[in-house]
Amino acid sequence: MLNIASVSKTFFPNTVNERRALVDVNLELKEGDFVTVIGSNGAGKSTLLNTVAGRIHQDTGVVSLDGTDVSRLKEHQRAAQVGRVFQDPMAGTAPNLSIEENLSLADRRGRPRGLSRGVTKSKRDRFAEALKQLELGLEGRLKTKVGLLSGGQRQALSLLMATYSDPRVLLLDEHTAALDPQRAELVTRLTRSVVEDKGLTTLMVTHNMVQALEVGNRLIMMHEGRIILDVGAEQKAQMTPQDLLAEFGKLKGAVVDDKTLLQ
Amino acid sequence: MITAFELGLIYAIMALGVYLTFRILNFPDLTVDGSFTSGAATAAILITNEVDPFLATAAAFVVGSLAGMITGLLHTKGNINGLLAGILTMIGLYSINLRIMDGANVPLLGQDTVISMMRGFTGVGWTSVAVLAAVALIFKLIMDWYLQTDNGLALRATGDNEQMISSFAVSTDRQKIIGLMLSNGLVGIAGAVVAQHQGFADIGMGIGLILVGLASVIVGQAIFGSRSVIQATLAVILGAVVYRLAIQLALNVGLNPNDMKLMSAVLVVAALLLPQWKGFSKLSLRRKGPSPLADAAAPLTTSDAHLSKTSAEKGA
Repeated sequence: MLNIASVSKTFFPNTVNERRALVDVNLELKEGDFVTVIGSNGAGKSTLLNTVAGRIHQDTGVVSLDGTDVSRLKEHQRAAQVGRVFQDPMAGTAPNLSIEENLSLADRRGRPRGLSRGVTKSKRDRFAEALKQLELGLEGRLKTKVGLLSGGQRQALSLLMATYSDPRVLLLDEHTAALDPQRAELVTRLTRSVVEDKGLTTLMVTHNMVQALEVGNRLIMMHEGRIILDVGAEQKAQMTPQDLLAEFGKLKGAVVDDKTLLQ
Repeated sequence: MITAFELGLIYAIMALGVYLTFRILNFPDLTVDGSFTSGAATAAILITNEVDPFLATAAAFVVGSLAGMITGLLHTKGNINGLLAGILTMIGLYSINLRIMDGANVPLLGQDTVISMMRGFTGVGWTSVAVLAAVALIFKLIMDWYLQTDNGLALRATGDNEQMISSFAVSTDRQKIIGLMLSNGLVGIAGAVVAQHQGFADIGMGIGLILVGLASVIVGQAIFGSRSVIQATLAVILGAVVYRLAIQLALNVGLNPNDMKLMSAVLVVAALLLPQWKGFSKLSLRRKGPSPLADAAAPLTTSDAHLSKTSAEKGA
């Protein structure tokens, strides 16, 4: 359903700052797959997500959705089918618009935005119903400006908005990393339930190895622009954070080797 | 005094346009200096050619919005800095306006205009002020309505959080162009009506207009608030009237009309500097949150100047 074939991306090519963010990456997600992505800084995780979202265009390779090549579509064109939650809790909502206006924007994803009223009575009821699932009491504050909410509340709302109109693919870019542990726990729980309820095909980047193992049915590890580990549901269920750390350890060794070689 | 009220209410239509770009889209658009004159020139030349003055005023909207579209295309598709894109269109329009008018000005003496038709019913007095207030109010209500529609919400989100709204499948380029077109269309209408009010269109009538617009928006929102769109648009109209009354007052106490542009510039500078002065923030501490003046001026100050404001927002 989501197919990433031989995708490469190099930043600042042919300069001293050249960085190969993605190197011939192949990844195929089946309908309803929930894949967690881990890797050290600069491994290419965010570039991978940005390539799927269309924010970054790959140098070579093809990204296709439901068999259609979407490589040339711009970010906002792909967004008709791709929902996103960003790391920054401020990034996924419009602060000067009210909660109901934000949800109304999310509700129109992929449909023309004309001159009919943005928030109607019937929509408002639907929004309140959906907000109840967050258990944050936001259903009683529909007219509150989103900028007045806390980071955790805004991120929970971002998640609700990103998934509200059932996108074909959901991209989560370390969306719990900037939250305190309690709020991160809440947002993780909400993520699991919404992905399960709607059967969303999901790609989630995380730094948290416990989370990477607990959530989803598949795990990939990236290093220097390559996918170096791809673990299915059964194997993943038996893995511990120590196993993952050991995998990282092997890599760190490789880095040391490189350095020794250079010296 | 009546004239000041009348002009204030006509300029309010222009101020609503400036509000749309400056406050909603966060885009200080200098096109207005040119599109105001374009609107005036278009209407004047059509009226002298026996076109119905209402139709001529509507044509001013079309010409103004075309000017806005050019700025929008330069900025979004040409990746030209917004301020520069506006300046480029404004400069280009100077020549175009001379072409439209076939000279530096077009007199409207003895012609039927929307203002002369209104005078036929109301004369000059509070009735004419009331009529113009009703007209400004109609534009305000249309804008309030538009900003609550699906498209209007997308426009507001484009100015508020571009990253977010493009992740919901909105072309921010398209929304910016729409916003600039609507804004300059309104400015064109205001230019057309001002020309009909003063009895001529003149190549220099739009010079410095952006400052009048900014002053109206900033002063209006600082005095009358901008909690909701409905309140903000009303504040913009009242701001335009207050600005015109202040100018009238300055002239009455004997200021040289030639100094008016300097006065406008000083007024806007004061509005931008005041919120950065520590004593001022102490004064406004009694209220909750950032002062309305700081809030109204924010899009025009560099990021450092309202650092305190953004950190306050994050803390909220």
